[in-house]
Amino acid sequence: MNTASTDGQRTVKPFWPSLTAGIALGLVLLLTFLISGHGLGASGAFTDVVAGTGLTLAPEATKANAYLGPKVADGNPIGSWMTWEVLGVFIGALVAAFMAGRFRVQLDGSRSVGTPQRLVRALAGGLLAGFGARVAGGCTSGLGLSGAAALGVAAFVFLAVFFATGLIVSRFVRGV
Amino acid sequence: MFPLHSNGMISGLVCGLLFGFILENAGFGSPQKLTAQFKLTDWSVFKVMFTAIVVAALGLWLLRVAGLLKPDSVAVPQALVMASAVGGVLLGAGFAIGGYCPGTSLAGLASGRLDALVFMVGLLVGTTAFVGLYGPAIGTMMAMGAIIDGDTFTDAYGIAEPVVLAVLVVFLVAVYYLGGWFERRGSGPITAQQAVAGAQ
Repeated sequence: MNTASTDGQRTVKPFWPSLTAGIALGLVLLLTFLISGHGLGASGAFTDVVAGTGLTLAPEATKANAYLGPKVADGNPIGSWMTWEVLGVFIGALVAAFMAGRFRVQLDGSRSVGTPQRLVRALAGGLLAGFGARVAGGCTSGLGLSGAAALGVAAFVFLAVFFATGLIVSRFVRGV
Repeated sequence: MFPLHSNGMISGLVCGLLFGFILENAGFGSPQKLTAQFKLTDWSVFKVMFTAIVVAALGLWLLRVAGLLKPDSVAVPQALVMASAVGGVLLGAGFAIGGYCPGTSLAGLASGRLDALVFMVGLLVGTTAFVGLYGPAIGTMMAMGAIIDGDTFTDAYGIAEPVVLAVLVVFLVAVYYLGGWFERRGSGPITAQQAVAGAQ
């Protein structure tokens, strides 16, 4: 399991052990706190994209929106720290996948649940997660991971409910 | 003295690059590996996440004790108990059904998974739905159960920070112990080969 294995022409390198990945992630999270004053995130960038797109397509309605209004008061939020960070996440993961021979274009889950079902589930899951992240004020990274490292009560409430719900829902619905 | 409060393009790109590089190397671009945590056959998500939480929390504490980090200078999420719980339900369900969370969907797309792109479209639709529906009703719900005394365990309940950290370390050891037991008993963690081949 710890040696690279050949899959046809491709050499697929194994994933990092959890302890290695966990320590590395903890140090990067610490570095992020020291540089920026806050932790890592993801869902905030999607909000910035929605706000920025709204500002371009329907400026008046976006400025008047109770949630987006304050976010666009200082201009277009595309270009915020969070949007750059999310672009960095994509590039970093792309480099990792290519370096390890793990890049493969596929619709993951189409073989297990079928292509139409996989598309519906991915879309529905994203919709729930997008809505939920706005209710919670963050997602698994921004609220769960970063908030817990800052010892925030909200983060532990979130993580407990998040995992409990995931355990229950995965008994009834197969995602992939 | 930290934090530097550097919030520009370079800061964002560097932190993101490192984050994404680790996410993919941990196997978190694979929805098969991610959802295996909920089936309790692969405990990588718990192990990586809680290790990172403990490392970062201990680091922040040590730097503060050493006088290198200003007290109360890093962002702590507001203690909105109801909002966190309702959001937790929706994100937990979304993760189980869709196979990703927002951050891991980026790692999924970056490793060639088109279902991750569909998930990201869902994220934008869900966010748009929220901002469209946002008003006094959702605002009131989100403010329910808010802890007014403070946002951390120390401020809200008066628990000393070293005690909170010690509890986290004990919890982390329990996660590795319990996770190892479940992984030996079941099919074991999803390997990189299985992840690249896709869910069967």
